[in-house]
Amino acid sequence: MSALPTPAPARAKTPRLAAAVSIAAAVGLPVGLFALILFIVPVLQPDLLDAFIRERLHHDPATWAWRDAVYAVALVVLAFVFANFAAIFSGILSWWERRVAGRIQSRIGPNRAGVGGFLVWIADAVKLLLKEDLVPADADRILFRAAPYFVMAGFILTFVVLPFGESIAVTDMNVGLFYITSITALVVVGILLSGWSSNSKWALFGGMRSAAQVVSYEIPAGLAIMIPVLMAGTLSMQGIIRAQGGLPWQWFMFRNPAAFVTFFIFFTSQLAEANRTPFDLPEAESELVAGYLSEYSGFRFALFFLAEWGNLWVMAAMAVTIFLGGWQIPFVPNELYGQLKGIGFPPLAWWGLQAASMAIFAVKTIFLVNVIVWIRWTLPRIRVDQMMSLCWKYLVPVSFACFLFTLLWQIAVAAVPALETAMGLGLTAAAVVLAVLFARQTHRNIAAVGDRIDLSNW
Amino acid sequence: MNQSAATYLGNIKDTVQSFWHGMSITLSYLLRRPTTIQYPDRTPLPVRDTLPPRYRGFLEVDADICTGCQACERACPIGCIQINLEKDAANPKQRVVTQFDIDEAKCMFCGLCVEPCPTGAIQHTREFEASQRSVRNLTFRWADPLKPFPVYKVAKGAEYFPRAPLGSLVRAKIEARRWDAPPPEFLPPEAPKPPAAKAPPPAAPVAKPSAAAAPAAPAPKPAAAAPVPEAKPAELLKAAAETAAPAAAPAAPAAPSPAPAAEAPVPTTPEVKP
Repeated sequence: MSALPTPAPARAKTPRLAAAVSIAAAVGLPVGLFALILFIVPVLQPDLLDAFIRERLHHDPATWAWRDAVYAVALVVLAFVFANFAAIFSGILSWWERRVAGRIQSRIGPNRAGVGGFLVWIADAVKLLLKEDLVPADADRILFRAAPYFVMAGFILTFVVLPFGESIAVTDMNVGLFYITSITALVVVGILLSGWSSNSKWALFGGMRSAAQVVSYEIPAGLAIMIPVLMAGTLSMQGIIRAQGGLPWQWFMFRNPAAFVTFFIFFTSQLAEANRTPFDLPEAESELVAGYLSEYSGFRFALFFLAEWGNLWVMAAMAVTIFLGGWQIPFVPNELYGQLKGIGFPPLAWWGLQAASMAIFAVKTIFLVNVIVWIRWTLPRIRVDQMMSLCWKYLVPVSFACFLFTLLWQIAVAAVPALETAMGLGLTAAAVVLAVLFARQTHRNIAAVGDRIDLSNW
Repeated sequence: MNQSAATYLGNIKDTVQSFWHGMSITLSYLLRRPTTIQYPDRTPLPVRDTLPPRYRGFLEVDADICTGCQACERACPIGCIQINLEKDAANPKQRVVTQFDIDEAKCMFCGLCVEPCPTGAIQHTREFEASQRSVRNLTFRWADPLKPFPVYKVAKGAEYFPRAPLGSLVRAKIEARRWDAPPPEFLPPEAPKPPAAKAPPPAAPVAKPSAAAAPAAPAPKPAAAAPVPEAKPAELLKAAAETAAPAAAPAAPAAPSPAPAAEAPVPTTPEVKP
């Protein structure tokens, strides 16, 4: 270099206002949303609403004609809050996924709008909202316009039973798991509709592939769900969580060797049902342009992607609920919540416990969401025949075997209860050993090329 | 397809192993520093300083050692250099350079102009970052028509010419101009004095619509016309049209029919084909 020694240019700084806005949004939005859900879901439950009617409005809720109107308003508020939670979660996740993808590919990812590029998802949303909403000339206009709402409804309705904490679930149906598996089938309807009504061969291919895939993978997913159901003896989401405990060896995943295997089967099937890589054949960009949503633009396109990213929360929350102990706080028995609550507006200690349970649930779920993102940037897309053979030749038989094993296991556990604890401790230890080995392998990968762990350069 | 139990179990083992390896590899990349260098504002050095020394960027002319020989102008295969010399009004023995324009938008950075230069006044630099909203702002004017510079007299046997540091002059020019600066405005071309044979009415409509239709299109540089007033108008305009941007060419009244002439072959080709 014969260059004159010029001083290095000052590192360009994000303008102070943009930095403040993005940091405030990055911290405030999730915290605010979780706090809102934490407060509003228990408060809008029927017993507290009845108390409100009795004490504030001075009516007897049992005979008051307007009670149902109050309930309806509460439901609308809840629906609004959860729709916003889904939208903001998938927005932030779209930014986070691009950052993680950048890192995994030795790139940096979006980093221009705000600190760390955080505001990019807002910019994307604004851009998509301002785009023209095109309908292809030969499309079936009604179906084409309706399809995104099917996808959206199939996604957003899962929040009816998804728990966030001990008392933080919109409702606790006694058929909660069955409700989720059936309501998510609406997504397939939406995808098929969009593929068919676009009148485009790529979209149709995508829709057909998606239908084949989702219908196939519902079977291993359904069988996998049966194992925790057998162990808990209930289909209710909260009931399954209450049957587990706060410590890892009290989770269903480690209490039963079949459940350990089933967790991975369930996870894989969920990936396939949500059209995530490596099962993103319905939207294979290299072959099908964008698959079933090729012809969509603007807000309808955004709805599809909102559902796709939001589904990550649903998938992870379901896996956490039925295998990983849900919101259970270690060393806190289930009875304590009821004892603390009392009558009327609950005391502060109860709210603290709720917040802790919610935090535990959110941390577990976000961890699993990150695993899903990580898998996406690790594995290439598989072929159609591989996808089918994985489902029918591997996942279905193995999940059947796990199902049968669990039946016998429950009989054995009923006879010798210590068996379950011993297995829990053993499998937890095995998982810890595997995690340590994995960390060592990763560290070796970094050290082998003479590099080191460095999370700078944002 | 026949599949033995060994292959079946082997496939499962393969899957688990490839997950194990693949995920540890991606995680290890996640934890490393990205290799991307973020151009332009987060580079450790200005990019021009990381380029090789013989990089051919924007041309730079050091007026202090320019002999006004016009060798570069003749060498340029594109004609993006335009030089005009005049006698100094005060000192008739001294010639001055009244125009030395290089259109960097046209330049193909071949370096043929650098080679014949006797003093090394014209050189390629390592400057390349000078985007402009208007392409006409990429014409670098190394001589000021209002303050022409005298040509450099090479001393006998001279082997060294005092040149300003390479790149400093062009960088000063780039930094002095905003990227969205308005383009220079040129006067409309002078209406050519109608030759005796031609009647004035047809000439006026030709010149007028072109000037009205494309007010932004630059007329040929008036500076080109100024130094040689004794030249015939037609020749002058032709020469000016060569140096002006291509959009300006149809505006020259001397060639009122370049557009029709260019279009003429198009309708004929289908006839030729069958």
